[in-house]
Amino acid sequence: MAPPSKLSLGIKRASRSHTYHRRGLWAIKAKHGGAFPKAEKPAAAAEPKFYPADDVKPRAPSTRKANPTKLRSSITPGTVLILLAGRFMGKRVVFLKQLKSGLLLITGPFKINGVPIRRVNQAYAIATSTKVDISCVKVDKFDDKYFARDKKTKAKKTEGELFETDKEGTKNLPDFKKDDQKSLDAELIKAIEAVPDLKTYLGARFSLRDGDKPHEMTF
Amino acid sequence: MPFKRFVEIGRVALVNYGKDYGRLVVIVDVVDQNRALIDAPDMVRCQINFKRLSLTDIKIDIKRVPKKTTLIKAMEDADVKNKWENSSWGKKLIVQKRRASLNDFDRFKVMLARIKRGGAIRQELAKLKKAAA
Repeated sequence: MAPPSKLSLGIKRASRSHTYHRRGLWAIKAKHGGAFPKAEKPAAAAEPKFYPADDVKPRAPSTRKANPTKLRSSITPGTVLILLAGRFMGKRVVFLKQLKSGLLLITGPFKINGVPIRRVNQAYAIATSTKVDISCVKVDKFDDKYFARDKKTKAKKTEGELFETDKEGTKNLPDFKKDDQKSLDAELIKAIEAVPDLKTYLGARFSLRDGDKPHEMTF
Repeated sequence: MPFKRFVEIGRVALVNYGKDYGRLVVIVDVVDQNRALIDAPDMVRCQINFKRLSLTDIKIDIKRVPKKTTLIKAMEDADVKNKWENSSWGKKLIVQKRRASLNDFDRFKVMLARIKRGGAIRQELAKLKKAAA
């Protein structure tokens, strides 16, 4: 072990001249023409015009990335889901894919149970263990923008028209959406009809009967 | 009425409480008035209170605390598995397990089958009634 560099607190082992030689300070002096290089003082910052009253630390910007909701492992493309709320409560539908907003893209299919191509929140769906083969179904064109509401152009209402509320205009489904539904369901229905009883199963609604214990039922 | 199922070495029992609920075990020794030593092919030999056991009709031929391999061989010779699965008690448990493991689609298919069966029975009954009238 090398000899300790200090004999006691504040007393170094090497003398001032010894350390001068050891550290090579003579070589630095020689390199810079006989004098130590003087570091440049940084330019003094201009006096700020405003000093805040409280010393507050500026908040660092958040590095959190927004991800779509974590999809339950039981929900995979082609899973049959049971909807739990809303207009189609109890209906059994086919899951297609998860959209960027986190919502699930589903379809009835429309011909079987009247559920159109729709978005549904994961929290309002029970995943069953029944799966349908959707490898031949193309779902790339559906995203959250497809389901955005049409912006209503608000015409300025005259005093008389302000109290008329029946001029809202009927909401008709555009034709391209109807065609999308038909083309999406065509392949899907073929896959469904390949499994016996699956079509009637999807057409029926789910309900609890006397004696059913949902916490003990496997779906 | 005399007792028919006795606690004895070689008596096959069903565990009805605890971690091993539903398991078929063999009594290989008696510890004291309340406890027995039980063993099964796929578990570590352990002691259990008699209150946690339901005795079955099946008995196998073993000596007190046999080795695991001896126990397995004795169970196969006595054909415990088949005797259990063909007994009405064993069959009932198998059906219960199957019903609990049905998924939603299976339950739907069972419902369709029950309706179909009921319809067939009612048709036959109607035919018989007509013939008797």
